[in-house]
Amino acid sequence: MILTLLRLFWEFFKIGIFAVGGGMAALPFLYDLADSTGWFDYAQIADMLAVSESTPGPIGINMATYVGYEVCGIPGAFIATLGTILPGVTVVLIVVHFLEKFRGNRYMDAAFYGLRPASTALIAVAGISVVEIALLNMDLFKSTGDLLDLFSWPAIALAVVIWVMTNLIKPTKGLHPVVYILGSAIVGIIFKFGS
Amino acid sequence: MREYLKLFWAFIKVGGLTFGGGYAMLPILQRDIIEKYGWATEEEVMDYYAMAQCLPGIIMVNTSAFIGRKLKGIKGGIVAAVGSTVPSLVIITLIAMFLSAFTHYSVVQDAFAGVRVCVVILIVNAVVKLWKSAMVDWKCFFLIFLPICALSLFTDVSPVLLVVAAAVAGVAISVISSKCAGRGEEARGG
Repeated sequence: MILTLLRLFWEFFKIGIFAVGGGMAALPFLYDLADSTGWFDYAQIADMLAVSESTPGPIGINMATYVGYEVCGIPGAFIATLGTILPGVTVVLIVVHFLEKFRGNRYMDAAFYGLRPASTALIAVAGISVVEIALLNMDLFKSTGDLLDLFSWPAIALAVVIWVMTNLIKPTKGLHPVVYILGSAIVGIIFKFGS
Repeated sequence: MREYLKLFWAFIKVGGLTFGGGYAMLPILQRDIIEKYGWATEEEVMDYYAMAQCLPGIIMVNTSAFIGRKLKGIKGGIVAAVGSTVPSLVIITLIAMFLSAFTHYSVVQDAFAGVRVCVVILIVNAVVKLWKSAMVDWKCFFLIFLPICALSLFTDVSPVLLVVAAAVAGVAISVISSKCAGRGEEARGG
Protein backbone atom coordinates (compact mmCIF):
# COMPACT_ATOMS: atom_id res chain seq x y z
CA MET A 1 0.00 0.00 0.00
CA ILE A 2 2.70 2.50 1.03
CA LEU A 3 4.85 1.53 -1.92
CA THR A 4 1.91 1.85 -4.33
CA LEU A 5 1.12 5.28 -2.90
CA LEU A 6 4.73 6.40 -3.29
CA ARG A 7 4.81 5.16 -6.86
CA LEU A 8 1.48 6.87 -7.53
CA PHE A 9 2.82 10.13 -6.13
CA TRP A 10 5.99 9.92 -8.23
CA GLU A 11 4.14 9.10 -11.45
CA PHE A 12 1.71 11.99 -11.04
CA PHE A 13 4.50 14.33 -9.97
CA LYS A 14 6.09 13.57 -13.35
CA ILE A 15 2.77 14.20 -15.10
CA GLY A 16 2.55 17.50 -13.19
CA ILE A 17 5.91 18.54 -14.62
CA PHE A 18 5.89 17.13 -18.13
CA ALA A 19 2.29 17.07 -19.34
CA VAL A 20 2.23 20.32 -21.32
CA GLY A 21 -0.83 21.54 -23.22
CA GLY A 22 -3.94 21.19 -21.09
CA GLY A 23 -6.08 18.34 -19.83
CA MET A 24 -5.60 15.85 -22.64
CA ALA A 25 -1.82 16.07 -22.29
CA ALA A 26 -1.93 13.60 -19.39
CA LEU A 27 -3.27 10.88 -21.73
CA PRO A 28 0.02 9.62 -23.20
CA PHE A 29 1.49 9.45 -19.69
CA LEU A 30 -1.46 7.39 -18.49
CA TYR A 31 -1.06 4.95 -21.39
CA ASP A 32 2.60 4.63 -20.49
CA LEU A 33 1.62 4.02 -16.86
CA ALA A 34 -0.93 1.37 -17.88
CA ASP A 35 1.79 -0.44 -19.85
CA SER A 36 4.38 -0.35 -17.08
CA THR A 37 2.18 -1.06 -14.04
CA GLY A 38 -0.97 -2.84 -15.25
CA TRP A 39 -2.96 -0.74 -12.76
CA PHE A 40 -5.71 -0.16 -15.35
CA ASP A 41 -6.34 -0.85 -19.02
CA TYR A 42 -6.78 1.42 -22.04
CA ALA A 43 -10.59 1.13 -21.94
CA GLN A 44 -10.62 2.36 -18.33
CA ILE A 45 -8.50 5.37 -19.34
CA ALA A 46 -11.11 6.31 -21.95
CA ASP A 47 -13.90 5.93 -19.36
CA MET A 48 -12.03 8.04 -16.82
CA LEU A 49 -11.44 10.72 -19.44
CA ALA A 50 -15.19 10.78 -20.21
CA VAL A 51 -16.07 11.22 -16.53
CA SER A 52 -13.37 13.88 -16.14
CA GLU A 53 -14.76 15.83 -19.10
CA SER A 54 -18.32 15.65 -17.75
CA THR A 55 -17.64 16.96 -14.24
CA PRO A 56 -16.48 20.36 -12.99
CA GLY A 57 -12.80 21.05 -12.38
CA PRO A 58 -9.74 20.82 -14.61
CA ILE A 59 -9.48 17.58 -16.59
CA GLY A 60 -5.94 16.99 -15.34
CA ILE A 61 -7.03 17.07 -11.69
CA ASN A 62 -10.13 14.97 -12.35
CA MET A 63 -8.04 12.34 -14.14
CA ALA A 64 -5.48 12.27 -11.31
CA THR A 65 -8.18 11.86 -8.67
CA TYR A 66 -9.94 9.14 -10.66
CA VAL A 67 -6.80 7.15 -11.46
CA GLY A 68 -5.61 7.51 -7.86
CA TYR A 69 -8.92 6.23 -6.53
CA GLU A 70 -8.97 3.26 -8.90
CA VAL A 71 -5.43 2.29 -7.90
CA CYS A 72 -5.48 2.93 -4.16
CA GLY A 73 -8.87 4.16 -2.91
CA ILE A 74 -9.33 7.53 -1.22
CA PRO A 75 -5.67 7.88 -0.12
CA GLY A 76 -4.70 7.22 -3.74
CA ALA A 77 -7.08 9.92 -5.01
CA PHE A 78 -5.51 12.36 -2.59
CA ILE A 79 -1.89 11.46 -3.32
CA ALA A 80 -2.23 11.47 -7.11
CA THR A 81 -3.89 14.89 -7.05
CA LEU A 82 -1.23 16.27 -4.71
CA GLY A 83 1.50 14.93 -6.99
CA THR A 84 -0.06 16.64 -10.00
CA ILE A 85 -0.40 20.11 -8.46
CA LEU A 86 2.80 20.16 -6.40
CA PRO A 87 5.34 21.08 -9.13
CA GLY A 88 3.28 23.97 -10.51
CA VAL A 89 2.25 25.37 -7.13
CA THR A 90 5.82 25.17 -5.83
CA VAL A 91 7.07 27.12 -8.82
CA VAL A 92 4.34 29.74 -8.43
CA LEU A 93 4.98 30.21 -4.71
CA ILE A 94 8.73 29.96 -4.47
CA VAL A 95 10.61 30.52 -7.68
CA VAL A 96 8.27 32.88 -9.46
CA HIS A 97 10.34 35.99 -8.81
CA PHE A 98 13.04 34.44 -10.86
CA LEU A 99 10.51 33.39 -13.49
CA GLU A 100 9.04 36.83 -13.99
CA LYS A 101 12.23 37.77 -15.79
CA PHE A 102 11.65 34.76 -17.98
CA ARG A 103 8.40 35.91 -19.53
CA GLY A 104 8.66 36.59 -23.20
CA ASN A 105 12.18 35.21 -23.06
CA ARG A 106 13.09 33.88 -26.48
CA TYR A 107 14.37 30.57 -25.11
CA MET A 108 11.03 30.00 -23.34
CA ASP A 109 9.18 30.75 -26.57
CA ALA A 110 11.56 28.47 -28.44
CA ALA A 111 10.98 25.62 -25.98
CA PHE A 112 7.21 25.97 -26.47
CA TYR A 113 7.76 26.01 -30.23
CA GLY A 114 9.02 22.46 -29.74
CA LEU A 115 6.66 21.43 -26.95
CA ARG A 116 3.36 22.19 -28.68
CA PRO A 117 3.85 19.94 -31.74
CA ALA A 118 5.22 17.23 -29.43
CA SER A 119 2.18 17.41 -27.21
CA THR A 120 -0.11 17.31 -30.26
CA ALA A 121 1.73 14.23 -31.53
CA LEU A 122 1.56 12.41 -28.18
CA ILE A 123 -2.17 13.07 -27.76
CA ALA A 124 -2.87 12.02 -31.36
CA VAL A 125 -1.08 8.72 -30.80
CA ALA A 126 -3.00 8.19 -27.54
CA GLY A 127 -6.18 8.82 -29.54
CA ILE A 128 -5.30 5.94 -31.87
CA SER A 129 -5.49 3.53 -28.91
CA VAL A 130 -8.97 4.79 -28.07
CA VAL A 131 -10.00 4.30 -31.72
CA GLU A 132 -8.93 0.70 -31.43
CA ILE A 133 -11.07 0.17 -28.31
CA ALA A 134 -14.09 2.17 -29.35
CA LEU A 135 -14.44 1.71 -33.11
CA LEU A 136 -12.76 -1.59 -34.00
CA ASN A 137 -13.47 -5.26 -33.21
CA MET A 138 -9.93 -6.61 -33.07
CA ASP A 139 -10.92 -9.98 -31.56
CA LEU A 140 -13.71 -10.67 -34.05
CA PHE A 141 -11.44 -9.66 -36.93
CA LYS A 142 -8.67 -11.97 -35.75
CA SER A 143 -11.05 -14.94 -35.53
CA THR A 144 -12.90 -14.40 -38.83
CA GLY A 145 -10.26 -12.56 -40.87
CA ASP A 146 -13.06 -10.65 -42.60
CA LEU A 147 -12.14 -6.98 -43.04
CA LEU A 148 -15.79 -5.96 -42.65
CA ASP A 149 -15.75 -7.50 -39.17
CA LEU A 150 -12.85 -5.27 -38.15
CA PHE A 151 -15.06 -2.21 -37.95
CA SER A 152 -17.77 -1.72 -35.39
CA TRP A 153 -20.21 -0.04 -37.79
CA PRO A 154 -22.77 1.32 -35.28
CA ALA A 155 -19.93 2.90 -33.29
CA ILE A 156 -18.45 4.44 -36.44
CA ALA A 157 -21.87 5.84 -37.38
CA LEU A 158 -22.16 7.43 -33.93
CA ALA A 159 -18.63 8.85 -34.22
CA VAL A 160 -19.47 10.45 -37.57
CA VAL A 161 -22.66 11.97 -36.16
CA ILE A 162 -20.79 13.43 -33.17
CA TRP A 163 -18.01 14.77 -35.38
CA VAL A 164 -20.51 16.48 -37.69
CA MET A 165 -22.42 17.92 -34.73
CA THR A 166 -19.29 19.24 -33.00
CA ASN A 167 -17.68 20.68 -36.13
CA LEU A 168 -20.21 21.53 -38.83
CA ILE A 169 -23.66 22.24 -37.40
CA LYS A 170 -23.77 25.74 -35.93
CA PRO A 171 -26.39 25.31 -33.15
CA THR A 172 -24.76 22.14 -31.77
CA LYS A 173 -21.11 23.17 -32.31
CA GLY A 174 -20.74 25.13 -29.09
CA LEU A 175 -22.49 22.62 -26.81
CA HIS A 176 -20.55 21.42 -23.81
CA PRO A 177 -18.87 17.99 -24.17
CA VAL A 178 -21.00 16.70 -21.30
CA VAL A 179 -24.04 16.83 -23.63
CA TYR A 180 -22.31 14.58 -26.16
CA ILE A 181 -20.99 12.24 -23.50
CA LEU A 182 -24.44 11.73 -21.97
CA GLY A 183 -26.01 11.41 -25.42
CA SER A 184 -23.48 8.74 -26.42
CA ALA A 185 -24.12 6.87 -23.16
CA ILE A 186 -27.84 6.75 -24.03
CA VAL A 187 -27.13 5.62 -27.60
CA GLY A 188 -24.78 2.99 -26.18
CA ILE A 189 -27.49 1.65 -23.88
CA ILE A 190 -30.25 1.65 -26.54
CA PHE A 191 -28.14 -0.11 -29.17
CA LYS A 192 -26.26 -2.34 -26.70
CA PHE A 193 -22.76 -1.14 -27.67
CA GLY A 194 -21.18 -3.15 -24.89
CA SER A 195 -22.12 -6.55 -26.21
CA MET B 1 -8.35 33.01 9.89
CA ARG B 2 -11.63 34.33 8.54
CA GLU B 3 -9.81 35.79 5.59
CA TYR B 4 -8.22 32.45 4.75
CA LEU B 5 -11.64 30.79 4.95
CA LYS B 6 -13.04 33.40 2.60
CA LEU B 7 -10.16 32.79 0.20
CA PHE B 8 -10.62 29.03 0.46
CA TRP B 9 -14.36 29.28 -0.22
CA ALA B 10 -13.85 31.64 -3.17
CA PHE B 11 -11.51 29.15 -4.84
CA ILE B 12 -13.74 26.19 -4.04
CA LYS B 13 -16.30 28.01 -6.16
CA VAL B 14 -13.75 28.58 -8.92
CA GLY B 15 -12.95 24.85 -9.00
CA GLY B 16 -16.53 23.72 -8.69
CA LEU B 17 -18.00 26.00 -11.34
CA THR B 18 -15.32 25.59 -14.00
CA PHE B 19 -15.99 22.83 -16.48
CA GLY B 20 -12.83 21.65 -18.19
CA GLY B 21 -10.36 24.02 -16.54
CA GLY B 22 -8.07 26.42 -18.39
CA TYR B 23 -9.89 29.12 -20.31
CA ALA B 24 -13.25 28.21 -18.78
CA MET B 25 -12.16 29.60 -15.39
CA LEU B 26 -11.81 33.18 -16.62
CA PRO B 27 -15.50 34.23 -16.49
CA ILE B 28 -15.75 33.01 -12.88
CA LEU B 29 -12.54 34.81 -11.88
CA GLN B 30 -13.89 37.90 -13.58
CA ARG B 31 -17.15 37.81 -11.63
CA ASP B 32 -15.88 36.79 -8.19
CA ILE B 33 -12.21 37.63 -7.79
CA ILE B 34 -12.13 40.84 -9.82
CA GLU B 35 -15.61 42.34 -9.43
CA LYS B 36 -17.04 40.94 -6.19
CA TYR B 37 -13.98 40.80 -3.93
CA GLY B 38 -11.65 43.16 -5.77
CA TRP B 39 -8.71 40.88 -4.98
CA ALA B 40 -6.96 41.45 -8.29
CA THR B 41 -7.32 43.61 -11.37
CA GLU B 42 -8.24 42.31 -14.79
CA GLU B 43 -4.65 42.88 -16.01
CA GLU B 44 -3.18 40.98 -13.08
CA VAL B 45 -5.47 38.02 -13.66
CA MET B 46 -4.58 37.91 -17.36
CA ASP B 47 -0.87 38.12 -16.49
CA TYR B 48 -1.18 35.30 -13.97
CA TYR B 49 -3.12 33.23 -16.47
CA ALA B 50 -0.50 33.79 -19.16
CA MET B 51 2.35 32.85 -16.79
CA ALA B 52 0.44 29.83 -15.46
CA GLN B 53 0.30 28.48 -19.01
CA CYS B 54 4.08 28.48 -19.26
CA LEU B 55 4.59 26.70 -15.93
CA PRO B 56 4.34 23.00 -15.27
CA GLY B 57 1.05 21.70 -13.91
CA ILE B 58 -2.61 22.64 -14.12
CA ILE B 59 -3.34 26.14 -15.43
CA MET B 60 -6.32 26.68 -13.12
CA VAL B 61 -4.48 25.61 -9.98
CA ASN B 62 -1.42 27.70 -10.87
CA THR B 63 -3.54 30.79 -11.55
CA SER B 64 -5.32 30.30 -8.21
CA ALA B 65 -1.97 30.00 -6.43
CA PHE B 66 -0.82 33.27 -8.04
CA ILE B 67 -3.89 35.15 -6.82
CA GLY B 68 -3.71 33.62 -3.32
CA ARG B 69 -0.02 34.46 -3.09
CA LYS B 70 -0.65 38.06 -4.07
CA LEU B 71 -3.20 38.42 -1.25
CA LYS B 72 -1.73 36.41 1.60
CA GLY B 73 1.76 35.28 0.67
CA ILE B 74 2.78 31.65 0.45
CA LYS B 75 0.08 30.46 2.86
CA GLY B 76 -2.58 32.24 0.82
CA GLY B 77 -1.25 30.63 -2.34
CA ILE B 78 -1.52 27.17 -0.81
CA VAL B 79 -5.05 27.85 0.47
CA ALA B 80 -6.21 29.07 -2.97
CA ALA B 81 -4.56 26.19 -4.85
CA VAL B 82 -5.98 23.55 -2.51
CA GLY B 83 -9.41 25.21 -2.57
CA SER B 84 -9.56 25.04 -6.36
CA THR B 85 -8.86 21.28 -6.33
CA VAL B 86 -11.25 20.29 -3.52
CA PRO B 87 -14.41 20.10 -5.69
CA SER B 88 -12.68 17.74 -8.16
CA LEU B 89 -11.42 15.53 -5.36
CA VAL B 90 -14.84 15.20 -3.76
CA ILE B 91 -16.96 14.87 -6.92
CA ILE B 92 -14.66 12.44 -8.72
CA THR B 93 -14.12 10.26 -5.65
CA LEU B 94 -17.90 9.96 -5.18
CA ILE B 95 -18.45 9.13 -8.86
CA ALA B 96 -15.61 6.59 -8.85
CA MET B 97 -17.01 4.89 -5.75
CA PHE B 98 -20.49 4.80 -7.27
CA LEU B 99 -19.38 3.57 -10.69
CA SER B 100 -17.06 0.87 -9.40
CA ALA B 101 -20.05 -0.64 -7.58
CA PHE B 102 -22.02 -0.84 -10.84
CA THR B 103 -19.48 -1.66 -13.56
CA HIS B 104 -20.58 -5.28 -13.82
CA TYR B 105 -24.10 -4.28 -14.93
CA SER B 106 -24.52 -4.61 -18.67
CA VAL B 107 -26.34 -1.25 -18.84
CA VAL B 108 -23.25 0.50 -17.45
CA GLN B 109 -21.00 -1.39 -19.85
CA ASP B 110 -23.21 -0.42 -22.82
CA ALA B 111 -23.24 3.20 -21.68
CA PHE B 112 -19.44 3.34 -21.44
CA ALA B 113 -19.00 1.61 -24.80
CA GLY B 114 -21.08 4.47 -26.25
CA VAL B 115 -19.16 7.07 -24.28
CA ARG B 116 -15.81 5.78 -25.60
CA VAL B 117 -16.97 6.58 -29.14
CA CYS B 118 -17.60 10.13 -28.00
CA VAL B 119 -14.15 10.24 -26.36
CA VAL B 120 -12.58 9.46 -29.75
CA ILE B 121 -14.20 12.54 -31.28
CA LEU B 122 -13.33 14.71 -28.25
CA ILE B 123 -9.68 13.71 -28.68
CA VAL B 124 -9.84 14.32 -32.44
CA ASN B 125 -11.28 17.80 -31.81
CA ALA B 126 -8.63 18.55 -29.17
CA VAL B 127 -5.83 17.44 -31.50
CA VAL B 128 -7.18 19.59 -34.36
CA LYS B 129 -7.34 22.60 -32.03
CA LEU B 130 -3.82 22.02 -30.70
CA TRP B 131 -2.59 21.41 -34.24
CA LYS B 132 -3.74 24.89 -35.29
CA SER B 133 -1.75 26.60 -32.54
CA ALA B 134 1.23 24.25 -32.70
CA MET B 135 2.11 23.99 -36.40
CA VAL B 136 3.56 27.41 -37.05
CA ASP B 137 5.78 26.24 -39.91
CA TRP B 138 6.97 23.15 -41.78
CA LYS B 139 10.01 22.67 -39.50
CA CYS B 140 8.04 21.79 -36.42
CA PHE B 141 5.94 19.35 -38.44
CA PHE B 142 8.87 17.45 -39.97
CA LEU B 143 11.44 17.83 -37.19
CA ILE B 144 9.19 17.44 -34.14
CA PHE B 145 5.63 16.25 -34.84
CA LEU B 146 6.50 13.33 -37.17
CA PRO B 147 9.49 11.99 -35.18
CA ILE B 148 7.54 12.15 -31.90
CA CYS B 149 4.58 10.34 -33.51
CA ALA B 150 6.91 7.61 -34.79
CA LEU B 151 8.79 7.21 -31.49
CA SER B 152 5.60 7.12 -29.48
CA LEU B 153 3.92 4.61 -31.84
CA PHE B 154 6.80 2.21 -32.42
CA THR B 155 9.04 2.40 -29.35
CA ASP B 156 8.66 2.29 -25.56
CA VAL B 157 10.44 5.61 -24.98
CA SER B 158 8.81 7.39 -22.05
CA PRO B 159 6.74 10.49 -22.86
CA VAL B 160 8.87 12.36 -20.29
CA LEU B 161 11.95 11.92 -22.49
CA LEU B 162 10.03 12.85 -25.63
CA VAL B 163 8.75 16.07 -24.05
CA VAL B 164 12.23 17.07 -22.83
CA ALA B 165 13.74 16.24 -26.23
CA ALA B 166 11.08 18.33 -27.97
CA ALA B 167 11.79 21.36 -25.78
CA VAL B 168 15.53 21.05 -26.47
CA ALA B 169 14.86 20.61 -30.18
CA GLY B 170 12.63 23.69 -30.16
CA VAL B 171 15.43 25.80 -28.69
CA ALA B 172 18.00 24.31 -31.07
CA ILE B 173 15.84 24.90 -34.15
CA SER B 174 15.12 28.50 -33.28
CA VAL B 175 18.76 29.27 -32.42
CA ILE B 176 19.96 27.75 -35.70
CA SER B 177 17.29 29.41 -37.82
CA SER B 178 17.84 32.81 -36.22
CA LYS B 179 21.60 32.47 -36.90
CA CYS B 180 20.89 31.59 -40.53
CA ALA B 181 18.51 34.54 -40.81
CA GLY B 182 21.14 36.80 -39.22
CA ARG B 183 23.76 35.70 -41.70
CA GLY B 184 21.34 36.20 -44.58
CA GLU B 185 20.71 39.76 -43.48
CA GLU B 186 24.41 40.44 -43.04
CA ALA B 187 25.07 39.20 -46.54
CA ARG B 188 22.34 41.40 -47.96
CA GLY B 189 23.23 44.44 -45.87
CA GLY B 190 27.01 44.11 -46.24
